[in-house]
Amino acid sequence: MYQQFKAKAEAVSSEVYRFVTNDAALDFVIKFLHSEGLFDEPHSYALWADCQFLNGIDRQLLERVAGLKFEVTRELAAHAKFGISQMEWALADTGSLAQNSTAIEQRLVSSLSTIHIALVPTDGILPDMPALLSKVHPKDCAYLAMITGPSRTADIERVLTIGVHGPERLIIVFVDELGGKI
Amino acid sequence: MDNAFKESINKAVNNANLTGALGKFSEAYKVNRAKAYEGIDFEELRGRIAELKSYAASHLEELSTQFTQNAEASGAKVFRTNDPAKVREYILKVAQENNVRTVVKSKSMATEEIHLNPYLEKAGIEVGETDLGEWIIQLAGQTPSHMVMPAIHMTREEVSDLFSKEVNERLSSDIPRLVKVARDELRPRFLEAEMGISGGNIAVAETGSIVLMTNEGNARLVTSLPKIHIALVGIEKLIANYADVATILKALPRSATAQLLTSYVSIITGPTPNSDGSMKDLHIILMDNRRSEMAADPKFKQALQCIRCASCLNVCPIFRLVGGHVFGKVYTGGIGTILTAWFDELKKSEDIQGLCIQCGACKDVCPGKIDIPELIMEIRRRLVKEEGLPLLQKAIYSVVNNRKLFHGMLRAASIAGKPFTSGKFVRHLPMFLADLTDGRSLPAIASEPFRDRFARIRQPKLKERAAFYAGCLIDFAYPEMGEALVKVLNRAGIEVVFPIEQTCCGAPARYNGAYEVAAGNAVDNIKALLAEEVSYVVSACPTCTVALDHEFINTFESLGETEWIPKARELAAKTVDFSTLVKKLIDEGRLSLKDGQNLGKITYHDSCHLKRTLKVSEQPRELLQKAGYELTEMFECDSCCGMGGSYSLKLPEISAPILQRKLKNIKETGAAVVAMDCPGCVMQIRGGFDQDGAEVKVHHTVELLAERLEE
Repeated sequence: MYQQFKAKAEAVSSEVYRFVTNDAALDFVIKFLHSEGLFDEPHSYALWADCQFLNGIDRQLLERVAGLKFEVTRELAAHAKFGISQMEWALADTGSLAQNSTAIEQRLVSSLSTIHIALVPTDGILPDMPALLSKVHPKDCAYLAMITGPSRTADIERVLTIGVHGPERLIIVFVDELGGKI
Repeated sequence: MDNAFKESINKAVNNANLTGALGKFSEAYKVNRAKAYEGIDFEELRGRIAELKSYAASHLEELSTQFTQNAEASGAKVFRTNDPAKVREYILKVAQENNVRTVVKSKSMATEEIHLNPYLEKAGIEVGETDLGEWIIQLAGQTPSHMVMPAIHMTREEVSDLFSKEVNERLSSDIPRLVKVARDELRPRFLEAEMGISGGNIAVAETGSIVLMTNEGNARLVTSLPKIHIALVGIEKLIANYADVATILKALPRSATAQLLTSYVSIITGPTPNSDGSMKDLHIILMDNRRSEMAADPKFKQALQCIRCASCLNVCPIFRLVGGHVFGKVYTGGIGTILTAWFDELKKSEDIQGLCIQCGACKDVCPGKIDIPELIMEIRRRLVKEEGLPLLQKAIYSVVNNRKLFHGMLRAASIAGKPFTSGKFVRHLPMFLADLTDGRSLPAIASEPFRDRFARIRQPKLKERAAFYAGCLIDFAYPEMGEALVKVLNRAGIEVVFPIEQTCCGAPARYNGAYEVAAGNAVDNIKALLAEEVSYVVSACPTCTVALDHEFINTFESLGETEWIPKARELAAKTVDFSTLVKKLIDEGRLSLKDGQNLGKITYHDSCHLKRTLKVSEQPRELLQKAGYELTEMFECDSCCGMGGSYSLKLPEISAPILQRKLKNIKETGAAVVAMDCPGCVMQIRGGFDQDGAEVKVHHTVELLAERLEE
């Protein structure tokens, strides 16, 4: 299912990576942020929304990274370059990610930032949407969000253009250690 | 037809930007849609959608109540009303009570339907559309030209001019740059707005959830940043079960834009926390606005199966020429014609319903399985019932309903047409008739109709007999096709009889909404054709075949005249189109074509009624290949040729460019011959090539087969 997901997600301009351990994934994320220009100033910093992944790593190490913030407000989110969050599920047949986004912070980092980095437990891959809907019921989830690739439009002359109101890039990082094996 | 309406059509078909963008899109759409549906059983999927939507349409009241209970239980406020004015008042009241000065909206056709923006703006509230296409047309002061792609009619240069004015800076027409400008301009508006207004793609009764889909991500911001969210949902968006969301979402993006899924899907059930810790003020408005009335109408109930994908626009040969604005201000295209007749008023659809050429392309792709052409016919019928026929048409049909007078006039026309006839064509007509020969020559009326020639055909006495139903075109313009048919059937051991009392099949009257006239024609033909003891009633005109096979029955049913229905069924059971019958005779070994022939390349044009109503497309192809032709498929082989019976006479400005596209596709195959099974298509395409000058022979399959019979 991972291969199917990867192919479908890449077909809609997502960038897909996979790591075995939390540390390896973290290492990738930090390097990625630096290579894309992480600084502690507007339009260059990163916001990391609270998630399970953060419990499995050495937070102290992260606090020292300049430009990486863990406090998510709409003011900060409005000028963030990077938004990092954990998406619980991935749908193999459409290359989509899904999350219980009831907490506003989860939506702020994934909708206002320019680059959204999504950490996904590898065993969160489901075959399709019916599988997701049978797992997540609205009574436990006021805002179920699905994301398939970066924000896009074709409203001017039918020319596909990436990054209208949402992120211009979607970086998907699967972490085996975050949720078993597949 | 209204002059202003004709003018809007002329403006549209002569707008190169519009026809270019729509044409390009419609060509790419067909390919991409097919790709998006790869590995999916579309018929099975749309069967399920039609069923679940039809169930919802029969239980609107029950589902509205259930939705309201569940949404309220999760903390949303639900307002139900039938009246668009009450919707507007409710939204304004919520806005005023909360001192709302600015509103951001994500795309919603329901708000367009009730003209919400001007109402709020008049009350001093600033309303910002955030969907890029909607924002563009808002800046331009226009209305959407397409349900899914509202600004498809505009060029990058026009958009750059609009944006330049908005940001006070001369912008280039680079599209990514323009999109960036929109992002930067709209971002602060999202953050400032006190209220967000959205539509809803689906409303789930079981859970009180609404589903929103966008590609741009604007609905996520509209539903997340302002503290108040109002969702305006037409009750036709209700479905019973949560699990069915997946069923609709499997089809909607694939049919709308050929995507597997839109970039963003949100399923919202009750309020969520705002960033300051307070809870969202969530209002859901369930709007009826005649939808319940529609559900109670036995014919139109199925229109509520629409999931608003707009694929009926994307495959429509008319829409791709004229775009949405010709259709009016809100809903456009095939389904839009039906929705306008209901949500606005029947009278408003008077002109736009006439745009439908009844080719059936939309019916083939509709994920809600709606018979859009049939519903447009029903609008026509009701309009004629309410308003009567135009005087000229009335005069024509009074003639058509009197066979002797009608046929007498056709004979007279053969003589009267002589001054304009050159060879087999009428190339130019004087004065107000000149449009009719613009880009297409008309066939000269035969000096001797088939009915007269038939008497002289010597047939062997054969055991089995078939009645030939010629139809007006073969009878009076192409009698040679009738002669070819007799020759083919004789060779298979079938004697042909020609019941002389047969008359017009009634299709022209029916397609113009004059069902009473069509019923009169039906009775005359049933009497004539059932008078003879025959195994088959065969026709070489798909429109006539459809009339004999389906429409006589349907016309009687629509009028509530049950008396002739059993006889109509009896006739239908015997009716068969030419190619299907010949294929059967060959398979039974009763007929064979000359072997070892090498006749060169041929291409085949699928006639609308043959392919999409009678579902016949392989038979003629197989026959022509058996005869020795090498088949080369043309691009869009089953796209309408623009004839549409009297359509080409009423709307020549639309018919002509459709024909030009067909001629181009035929020429590009390099085939020297194009075959088809419809004399109407022959008339249109042969007439087109006569004026075009290209050396392509245009023939009915019957003519080509008659030449290749085994001795």
